[in-house]
Amino acid sequence: MQALLQPIGATMLGFCEATGRFAWFAAVSVMHCFRPPWFARNIRKQFIEMGFYSLPVVGLTAAFSGMVLALQSYSGFARFNAEGAIATVVALSVTRELGPVLAGLMVAGRIGAAIAAELGTMRVTEQIDALSTLSTNPYKYLIAPRIIAGTLCLPLLVFIADVIGIFGGFLIGVYQLDFNAAGYIKSTLDTLKFLDVFSGLVKAAVFGFIITLMGCYQGFHSRGGAQGVGAATTNAVVAASILILISNFLITAAFFGK
Amino acid sequence: MTTAKISIRDLYKSFGKKHVLNGVNLNIQQGESVVIIGGSGTGKSVLLKNILGLQEPDKGQILINGEDTTHISGSAREKANAKIGMLFQGAALFDSLPVWENVSFGLIQGQHISRTDAKSIAIETLGKVGLSKDVADLYPIELSGGMQKRVGLARAIAAKPDIIFFDEPTTGLDPIMADVINELIVKCVRDLGATALSITHDMASVRKIADRVVMLYQGKVIWSGSVKDIDRTDNAYVLQFVQGLSKGPIQLAV
Ligand SMILES: Nc1ncnc2c1ncn2[C@@H]1O[C@H](COP(=O)(O)OP(=O)(O)OP(=O)(O)O)[C@@H](O)[C@H]1O
Ligand SMILES: [Mg+2]
Repeated sequence: MQALLQPIGATMLGFCEATGRFAWFAAVSVMHCFRPPWFARNIRKQFIEMGFYSLPVVGLTAAFSGMVLALQSYSGFARFNAEGAIATVVALSVTRELGPVLAGLMVAGRIGAAIAAELGTMRVTEQIDALSTLSTNPYKYLIAPRIIAGTLCLPLLVFIADVIGIFGGFLIGVYQLDFNAAGYIKSTLDTLKFLDVFSGLVKAAVFGFIITLMGCYQGFHSRGGAQGVGAATTNAVVAASILILISNFLITAAFFGK
Repeated sequence: MTTAKISIRDLYKSFGKKHVLNGVNLNIQQGESVVIIGGSGTGKSVLLKNILGLQEPDKGQILINGEDTTHISGSAREKANAKIGMLFQGAALFDSLPVWENVSFGLIQGQHISRTDAKSIAIETLGKVGLSKDVADLYPIELSGGMQKRVGLARAIAAKPDIIFFDEPTTGLDPIMADVINELIVKCVRDLGATALSITHDMASVRKIADRVVMLYQGKVIWSGSVKDIDRTDNAYVLQFVQGLSKGPIQLAV
């Protein structure tokens, strides 16, 4: 009996320890985001890295998703003569779901991995130790700028993705499906409410926080050379992606569930 | 008795089942240059990391200037470390920053010196370790191993700390440059009045920079004496190490 319970207990303890360690890391990191000094130079650099250089990836994803959405809903809705709803479907799906989720997943792959790899390498080559010996707090210098930049960047990116995605749907709607351009724009604008866009941007901010936090956590605690850094990178992307999907559900439920 | 600059009392540190430090006792006086010798993997680097608070000891006490720094963290730790310069065994340069920013990192972040002033101090310090001005704008990845080591050394001394740790300062350098670095360390200790704690396997370096030599073996200080005594001692461990013999009481942990 004891032989049976022991591994279960050990696993539970390990799980609790890991959870506790992560919670502690998250709490300390967030605290440093709100307390001066802020490393403006680092925040700016991360902003450019995460925001500006993610634009092509996020823009392409949004454009093609909007286009596919228009095509798919046309062929699907034609079965019950509801083709007219395409503009509505595209606008709502893009702003509420596809914009934030797809951008979040793409950025998780791009930025989450990069953060984990960079911090992981800094950890195993003792650069993080060196920071502390030069009277610089690694949480302030490395982690806070990334979390701040990620949380602020993603809503901006997602807003741009919304516009591009809707425009993609518009192009298909007007040039391939022969909708009237003015009519398409009008029904898009009539459909969209503040909450549709706003909820998407809230999601984006949460995803940005999750991506950067997971990347930092995995990188910061990586060990064991190149292999450890590789594992940290994979873990960061996988964990961030899963958490994005879970939190997406929770936020949707909070905004639109009843 | 005056208080020691650094005082290590009965320090223990294990990693899992591996006992690395087993009750280290060591006092280092102000202005003294102490060299730690000992086989690979005896915990020399671990000892330095414990003093710097990069790792926390399991048991024992560390006092710097008479103040207990064993378990301090946060801003107290930053304050304590501000007076300590450290050269890491692997240099540990920030590869996202150019050489000059590496060297003056502590000045910019810790002492809020302007970037232009910091750069000229960096170039001056690079000169001391035998590196030219052209190196300042390169990135660490563009340097050879020995050059990286010297940049690490420049970074350790740039803020004129009163305690300096050198983890194998001359490994990876040619003999002439090694001697330049040894002289630089001696000069730092003499000019800055700094207290130095160095780790080295290079006996030429030991003879040049040490006031006192300490030998670490199986997690304990087994011998301590002035540099003149390393050839006169009858301690078989020290003699084996100094003469570099494979036969003797020291069994290399494999
Ligand atoms: N973070 C760590 N986790 C686990 N074990 C460690 C860690 N750091 C050091 N060790 C172990 O502690 C022992 C001493 O390591 P340390 O780096 O202090 O050796 P050293 O005396 O500096 O050797 P060298 O002269 O080769 O640099 C080694 O056996 C190493 O495996
Ligand atoms: Mg070492």
